[in-house]
Amino acid sequence: MEPPQLPMSVARDDLRTEPGTVRIVIIATALIFLTVFVVLPLVVVFAQAFSKGIGAYFSALSDPEALSAIRLTLLVAAISVGLNLVFGMVAAWAIAKFDFRGKTFLISLIDLPFSVSPVISGLVFVLLFGAQGYWGPWLQSHNIHVLFAVPGIALATIFVTFPFVARALIPLMQEQGTQEEEAAISLGASGLQTFFRVTLPNIKWGVLYGVLLCNARAMGEFGAVSVVSGHIRGETNTMPLLVEILYNEYQFVTSFAIASLLAMLALITLVAKTILERQLDEGQLPRVH
Amino acid sequence: MSGGRRSTLPGFGLTMGLTLTWLSVIVLIPLAGLFLKTLELSPDQFWGILTSRRTLNALKISFGLAFAAASVNLVMGTIIVWALVRYRFPGRRLFDAIVDVPFALPTAVAGVALTSLFAQKGWLGAPLAALGIKVAFTPIGIFIAMIFIGIPFVVRTVQPVLLDLDVEIEEAAASLGANRWHTVFRVILPSLVPALLTGFALAFARAVGEYGSVIFIAGNLPNVSEIAPLLIVIRLSEFRYADATAIAVVMLVASFLIIFAVNRLQRWAQLRLPAH
Amino acid sequence: MSIEVKGLVKKFGTFAALDGVDLKVATGELVALLGPSGSGKTTLLRIIAGLDWPDAGEVTFDGENALARGAGERHVGFVFQHYALFRHMTVFENVAFGLRVQPRAVRKDEAGIRARVRELLDLVQLDWLSDHYPNQLSGGQRQRIALARALAIEPRILLLDEPFGALDAKVRKELRQWLRSLHHEIHVTSIFVTHDQEEALEVANRVVVMDKGRIVQIGTPGDVYDNPATAFVHGFIGESIVLSVEVSDGCVRLGGKTLSIRADGAASGASRLFVRRHDMQVGPAGSGAFEGKVRHVRTFGPIQRAEVALCWGEAVIEIDAPRDRELRTGDVVGLQPRHFRIFAAQE
Repeated sequence: MEPPQLPMSVARDDLRTEPGTVRIVIIATALIFLTVFVVLPLVVVFAQAFSKGIGAYFSALSDPEALSAIRLTLLVAAISVGLNLVFGMVAAWAIAKFDFRGKTFLISLIDLPFSVSPVISGLVFVLLFGAQGYWGPWLQSHNIHVLFAVPGIALATIFVTFPFVARALIPLMQEQGTQEEEAAISLGASGLQTFFRVTLPNIKWGVLYGVLLCNARAMGEFGAVSVVSGHIRGETNTMPLLVEILYNEYQFVTSFAIASLLAMLALITLVAKTILERQLDEGQLPRVH
Repeated sequence: MSGGRRSTLPGFGLTMGLTLTWLSVIVLIPLAGLFLKTLELSPDQFWGILTSRRTLNALKISFGLAFAAASVNLVMGTIIVWALVRYRFPGRRLFDAIVDVPFALPTAVAGVALTSLFAQKGWLGAPLAALGIKVAFTPIGIFIAMIFIGIPFVVRTVQPVLLDLDVEIEEAAASLGANRWHTVFRVILPSLVPALLTGFALAFARAVGEYGSVIFIAGNLPNVSEIAPLLIVIRLSEFRYADATAIAVVMLVASFLIIFAVNRLQRWAQLRLPAH
Repeated sequence: MSIEVKGLVKKFGTFAALDGVDLKVATGELVALLGPSGSGKTTLLRIIAGLDWPDAGEVTFDGENALARGAGERHVGFVFQHYALFRHMTVFENVAFGLRVQPRAVRKDEAGIRARVRELLDLVQLDWLSDHYPNQLSGGQRQRIALARALAIEPRILLLDEPFGALDAKVRKELRQWLRSLHHEIHVTSIFVTHDQEEALEVANRVVVMDKGRIVQIGTPGDVYDNPATAFVHGFIGESIVLSVEVSDGCVRLGGKTLSIRADGAASGASRLFVRRHDMQVGPAGSGAFEGKVRHVRTFGPIQRAEVALCWGEAVIEIDAPRDRELRTGDVVGLQPRHFRIFAAQE
């Protein structure tokens, strides 16, 4: 056996690449495109936010309206994430650990909010709770405010973030199978003991991943919340809504200051997401798009 | 005791019940409300709303520009994913990560950022204005915003397929005498077609329904630069619920058709290319 | 704890995994459920454990209806084929699990739990692995920990699902002997499932042979080997030579030629003759019931294995012969079965 002329990997790569100039053109095109469309917008947010100096930036953020918007955003996110977390775990248990007909159909139903435009997600709640909605008159006569108040915003946010945790957990739990749970049951554990001691530790990264994405969407949701909120200053404005209002009033620094907080949230989410993706095996991670 | 469909693991009844209840309350009942409202309209009324000049134009703008933007993302997405998967260059990992930014960034932030960037005095708007091209507050602005939010879809859908591609297929083609262009355009790209189409469809569906990223940079002039979601919001503020519902239903049906087509595509792909 | 199973039926759609199974296991017995895949042996085991439920039939432990209780309440120790160790817990915590989830009234205190876990880890000779995680263990070690975990709850019945199936041959042999001596020491009623007939014969007190959802034969390993009840059992256990023959009034014909062996008592008609390979004696041409020509010889270890084309009936069979009498290609030999069975062709 004669030794090969070139190391195998080099010989292989030679056959599989384009000529140098083509490569450079492709890389350059890709990078320029991404810079223009992704990097620049991100930079603009911070540039505008700090355009009148750091002092202006922080005073914008301590404005009472801004603080109220931040509080509301955090509240709504906490409610949505909390409820959808519980739902996600419950649904994933039912779907992943048991066999029944119509499973695919159920999963597509859970996925529905993903394929609905944000404005429509808000619209459906107006149709139910609005002044001319199905339950509007009844609510008014009982002096219950859903729309133009926190409950409406919470509902719309819960709707749009509905599938995130479930979608992260279902494939993960399906992949892990039922053997460990069966072993726990055979050793005398109850259902809850089995879930908390055996299942939960195994899915913890999936839970974190789902919660992370759910939270990012909950805090950043605009379209759906815009429709149900009524934009009542100081009361029913989340951070994204406040960004819009201030921008339309030409209060650019304040608007971009709040936008910069949201942008930082997005970047932190991306970083955490990448780290978590490495924790979870590549094959298991669902494309939550 | 005999018979009975008991399962080993406990909790099916409870968890299934909770799942269905929460699903109904949050998703199914609201969506049912939408369709109920639609049924209140007679077919004539429905048709009348849809074919009114303003509605038609809004739908044309939304669907037309979304299609164009998705097409741009199809081409650019292919280039980007090729560069990220096939080549090594400094900063590759960073650029791979930022592909996801349009997906993670709140839409309102994207909206004001893009407007600021492409406004007459903006960093990109100014040079373009010097060339006589006005972007902000025109349909071109809508187009740009729709491109922005569609970037991750083609890239992330094609990436795993390209990563999994069998090295030996290319080597076989090369050993049979195909030059590089042949191999790429006749062997590799065709096997990516299902993923490309899926990414295109997802980008298209997302762009059609997009609101926050678009309304800042769009002119929002009726019949000229008004997108369908905005028209829905306007109709709602006018308490013309029926109109809003009609438009929403059309958009919903369109997105469901697109999702359906995507699922079909994916099944077709699995049949055609069992290796994937 | 004794086990009795009556009339068990279990269907998955139209497929009958169990088709009317009756079985009694005495206290302290070590029983093997032996059969090919799809024979229903794992289904039967899981139903006894409470991990699956039958469509019809009864299961009783010491006379009490076991089906009234779930898996956790039956006090059965189950060892899974792929161990099912809790991957995020240490070996110690795995073994302690069953003790930790007991209701407060019955639960031991921490010291008691520690002592019991130590005891079990000593029993399986793996106390030095107590702080390791399952993915740091070899297959054989994982299997022993799974067994220790099942034993921790002091089960009255121990069930093992293909316990050594996922291990390589040498480890399998070692663990077989170890299981046998362990059973000798602790005397728990045990049932294990296997498709490896050598394992069943070597380890069990009694062997239950299953095929297509039914029990085909129950007996001691010697019984099942020497007196197989059906053609299936004969063919499944040990290596057999099978020949298609014609029987009429006790006469046996192969390819038209009447053989010197007789089958008095066997039903007439198309039949199959079963002989264990090592029961076929090789002699010079002319001796014995069969005659054939050696086509090919393979030697491995102490055995010569020869492919012999019989002179009648166009059959080609493989026989084993000891090395002292060398066989060569082309030799004509006579073959005499020391011991054989005849079954009707449809069996």
